[in-house]
Amino acid sequence: MRVTVNGEPREFDEGATLAEVVAAHLPTDKGVAAAIDGEVAPRGTWPTVALRDGQTIELLTAVQGG
Amino acid sequence: MDDELVLAGEKLGSRLILGTGGAPSMQVVDEVVGASGTALCTVSMRRVDPTTTGSVLDILGRHGVRVLPNTAGCRTAREAVLTAQLARDALETNWVKLEVVADDDTLLPDAVELLDAAERLVADGFQVFPYTNDDPILARRLQRVGCVAVMPLGAPIGSGLGILNPHNIELIVAEAEVPVVLDAGVGTASDVALAMELGCDAVLLASAVTRAQEPAMMAAAMSAAVTSGRLARRAGRIPRREHARASSPTTGMAVL
Repeated sequence: MRVTVNGEPREFDEGATLAEVVAAHLPTDKGVAAAIDGEVAPRGTWPTVALRDGQTIELLTAVQGG
Repeated sequence: MDDELVLAGEKLGSRLILGTGGAPSMQVVDEVVGASGTALCTVSMRRVDPTTTGSVLDILGRHGVRVLPNTAGCRTAREAVLTAQLARDALETNWVKLEVVADDDTLLPDAVELLDAAERLVADGFQVFPYTNDDPILARRLQRVGCVAVMPLGAPIGSGLGILNPHNIELIVAEAEVPVVLDAGVGTASDVALAMELGCDAVLLASAVTRAQEPAMMAAAMSAAVTSGRLARRAGRIPRREHARASSPTTGMAVL
């Protein structure tokens, strides 16, 4: 299946979880939050959230800011 | 002299709140946080870049500084609420500096979206610190919906124009039942001192320090200005007079 992670198209196996997608994209999930199709996906749910084809995932963290 | 700032029930050791944006490097962030003596710093939520090393959170953690995530860049209440919820999940804090701006040229708050977002975030359990216009009525409305502070601008973000409407800041302070934080517009230390003399409880600034020629030196200047402005406010200034009033004795003058 194809999902979009931070604006980039990515291929994953059917039924891949959000935790697997995060692990594939980032060296650590410390201080990271995720949204799927514009809704918060709480960190505690990542291992059980199975993604579907076409979903849009945003992975955010804290950066310097006013 | 016990004069600590209390925000959302938490005591903070400094009345200077520092934004970390605009610094040319993480090293400069580290230096200005140390030199400012701040106890609270803002950060922004952005897409993770897997190639970056070092995190602003690590620096703030080393300094023992509390984190205040912002919703910078959001244009609608919906975006701001979602960004605040993501920050809460990532950073394990329910504090949020709520910014909902109207456009890139002014970066002025959109009052309608701001109030809507504030109401929704308070209902969702957040401690909301809204960046707002220097509008006493909007400040009143933000307090009524349950914001734990109001943060009126002195001038547009990053402009360094100082406090353009000190009268409105005084009006906001006069009726505020929550702390007032002068947020945005500061150019130099005298602007900070004025904010505190007008009765603000704290000052939030970023660019004035992070984009100064000597950021750490300016951070120290801002720290001193917060302290001196606060002391001057509490000490009670003399009234302004139309004519001079001698401070030397007017009696006992020799006839020369």
